Amino acid sequence: MRLSIYRFNPDIDKDPYMQDFEIDVLPEDHMLLDLLLRLKVQDETLTMRKSCREGVCGSDAMNINGKNGLACITKISSLGDSIVLRPLPGLPVIRDLVVDMTQFFKNYHSVKPYLINHDPVPEKERLQSPEQRAELDGLYECILCGACTTSCPSFWWNPDKFVGPAGLLQSYRFIADSRDQALQERLDDFEDPYRLYRCHNIMNCVDVCPKGLSPSKAIGKIKELKLKRM
Amino acid sequence: MGINTITYDAVVVGGGGAGLRAALALSDAGLKVAVISKVFPTRSHTVAAQGGIAASLGNAGEDNWLWHMYDTIKGSDYLGDQDAIEYMCKNAAAAVYELEHFGMPFDRMADGKIYQRPFGGMTQHFGKSTISRTCAAADRTGHAMLHTLYQRNIANNTHFLIEWFALDLIRDEEGDVVGLIVMEIETGEISVLNSKTTMLATGGAGRIFQASTNAFINTGDGLGMVSRANIPLEDMEFWQFHPTGVAGAGVLISEGVRGEGGYLVNSLGERFMQRYAPNAMDLASRDVVSRAIATEIKEGRGVGKNADTVLLKLDHLGEDVIKSKLPGIREIAKNFANIDPIKDPIPVVPTCHYMMGGIPTNIHGQVVDNAKNRVVNGLYAVGECACVSVHGANRLGSNSLLDLMVFGRAAGDHMADYSKKLTHAKPLPVNHAEQTMTRLFRLENGSGESVSEVGDSMRRIMQAHCGVFRFPELLDKGAKEIKELAIRENHIRIKDKNKIFNTARIEALELDNLIEVAKATMLSAQAREESRGAHCREDFPERNDETWLKHTLFYSEGNVLDYKPVVTKPLSVETFPLKARVY
Ligand SMILES: Cc1cc2nc3c(=O)[nH]c(=O)nc-3n(C[C@H](O)[C@H](O)[C@H](O)COP(=O)(O)OP(=O)(O)OC[C@H]3O[C@@H](n4cnc5c(N)ncnc54)[C@H](O)[C@@H]3O)c2cc1C
Ligand code: SF4
Ligand code: FES
Repeated sequence: MRLSIYRFNPDIDKDPYMQDFEIDVLPEDHMLLDLLLRLKVQDETLTMRKSCREGVCGSDAMNINGKNGLACITKISSLGDSIVLRPLPGLPVIRDLVVDMTQFFKNYHSVKPYLINHDPVPEKERLQSPEQRAELDGLYECILCGACTTSCPSFWWNPDKFVGPAGLLQSYRFIADSRDQALQERLDDFEDPYRLYRCHNIMNCVDVCPKGLSPSKAIGKIKELKLKRM
Repeated sequence: MGINTITYDAVVVGGGGAGLRAALALSDAGLKVAVISKVFPTRSHTVAAQGGIAASLGNAGEDNWLWHMYDTIKGSDYLGDQDAIEYMCKNAAAAVYELEHFGMPFDRMADGKIYQRPFGGMTQHFGKSTISRTCAAADRTGHAMLHTLYQRNIANNTHFLIEWFALDLIRDEEGDVVGLIVMEIETGEISVLNSKTTMLATGGAGRIFQASTNAFINTGDGLGMVSRANIPLEDMEFWQFHPTGVAGAGVLISEGVRGEGGYLVNSLGERFMQRYAPNAMDLASRDVVSRAIATEIKEGRGVGKNADTVLLKLDHLGEDVIKSKLPGIREIAKNFANIDPIKDPIPVVPTCHYMMGGIPTNIHGQVVDNAKNRVVNGLYAVGECACVSVHGANRLGSNSLLDLMVFGRAAGDHMADYSKKLTHAKPLPVNHAEQTMTRLFRLENGSGESVSEVGDSMRRIMQAHCGVFRFPELLDKGAKEIKELAIRENHIRIKDKNKIFNTARIEALELDNLIEVAKATMLSAQAREESRGAHCREDFPERNDETWLKHTLFYSEGNVLDYKPVVTKPLSVETFPLKARVY
């Protein structure tokens, strides 16, 4: 198998470059991450993030043959006979496949991603019907991998002004929660032409999300609520 | 030496469930706190917890925290400390309600209350019948919990140092902990955090074994740090092998699958658990189920090419239940076993999962460093890295997330009070960074084996010599090999000498910690001549309360073993007396 991998080490490289590797796929290699780990044994300077190796922690999002995804749950057999790996687009590269996600998290934090409820705390749980709880499915499962936001041209052009699909999905996760009381405040946060309205339904986010979530649908719902309020 | 020093009231090492819960207590108290984590907090291993968190809410049948306490003591094979267990079970409901109030998206019952499912070893009326006690958010409970705690910390404005790696503790002449030495991964710069109090919440170390459900980052860093600071590790021979890791991949299939009605079968299609645990069957304690599977395989009733797995059958639960209650499991089975569990059973094997032992603490989370429970001022430990000991010789599923919440809060509160009493952090001793700098310098000049060579040897030794069943000759050989390996490890080399985001260096530093954990495990296991909970000796098949109802303490320096008594007196209720353990 041939892999072509984006390399950049600011300690020594002036410019990034693509490096080619040849490696045999062994029977125990199932996922792209398995291959990368064996490559790292050969060349320990090859740098990426990794942790859970099962698609739940969001560490190893990267651009795989032109499409963002998680190395740990991308099957080698789905990739053809050559693999091109680049860091997530639209964020500064720290080293090789590791990007600086500060802006991504800043945008996430900006939507107040926590439950806001001003009532006195009850003794037991707040009640929520299974139907109300079902409204959160497809929203709360986000692993903050950044695959969606960094595949979105609106984010590339306005990373500090447009919240991006991941942040907006989480905004809607709280809007949709029957226990949250900050609907108006949350909608007020999207008055300007950028934070929400830079989304032009390009839909890359839906295409790449490794958890099968649809930020686009959530964004549509927020827009609907805004319209209703007008 | 000109190392940058930053001063804090409190520093928490670890952004998993335990660290994040403690951080809330500390930021609520208005202190200058930093939470340092080697990965972004929601990438911590808590995110992978599937099945749920135990609490006797009684939403799905009558329940009582005393029953939960009994189950936990029995599950621990009587090695758990009854004061700590009482504290945890009594405070469980409050911990779960608190998570709900924080916004955690628990599944719900028809009446709007939190959904609870059955889990192994959890019963009503002191063992009479099974109870649904485990509170769940589908099969993504850890994810839901960790994200909720992180979100709460955003609301609280907690100060995080993300992708910073803790290297060593700093103890002064009096033995008090006065801070830490850390490395910012992105820049490779070393700093000193001088703090009134320090908490270790660094999680597990399951990566000492070849087959593990644990994430790559579970390298026992906190355990390595205390070992180098001459603090012992407690009960390290007790490792939980989860009955159902995906064969070959190690990825976990939650006990929640059996809780929802799934069961195990051997090559004859027989539901073999009925022979090993006639009452609880597939929901017996994990050590019992893992030994049953290992026995089936040993006696030739395994499945697969090498007859080395058994099958977990759940297709009979129906598509609806699988899709609504076990969606993550279905994803895992499809990804890692190439199987859709709606149609086919999943091949599974017992897989290293959880470390019952750890850094010894009292019920306030304060670290204690000898058999008399002498407190190390300024140092706390909570979560999987700690041994308070609520899990004893075998943890019940869904009691760990509970442990994080209850003791994260208790330790955070204690730490806040203690920090407030001090006007400033104690001064750093002279040469406080020397040991660490030597360790780092060694890596620049090492000429021995690579990190992966030594790491592979360690994992092979542990897997072959210290698994589900433990044989005397294998333990003796393993002990010898691991001691030799610890010496070889001193000479490892890395080729990557760059400063910026050097993961090769981080992996070498993690290996220092893994080796400490592996050594403590092997030598503690070699010494314990009985079978209790997860520690099963071929040559001593019975539990021996007369000699061995005691906690192991292992000191790395000189490989010294010591023991301390089990606390059999609870805080307010009567002692649960010793009994034979049958399910
Ligand atoms: C697959 C799986 C499923 C599980 N399911 C359940 C379940 O359903 N119910 C249950 O009760 N238990 C479950 N467990 C067990 C439970 O999830 C863990 O015991 C628990 O999450 C550990 O939490 P923690 O906060 O102690 O550590 P972790 O969540 O592992 O966090 C450790 C933190 O420490 C940081 N850290 C570590 N070393 C350093 C260092 N040197 N410098 C800086 N930071 C550092 C890490 O970055 C991380 O933030 C499961 C375990 C596994 C493996
Ligand atoms: S929505 Fe999907 S792609 Fe975007 S951050 Fe969340 S999990 Fe990743
Ligand atoms: S390593 Fe956790 S998502 Fe891939």
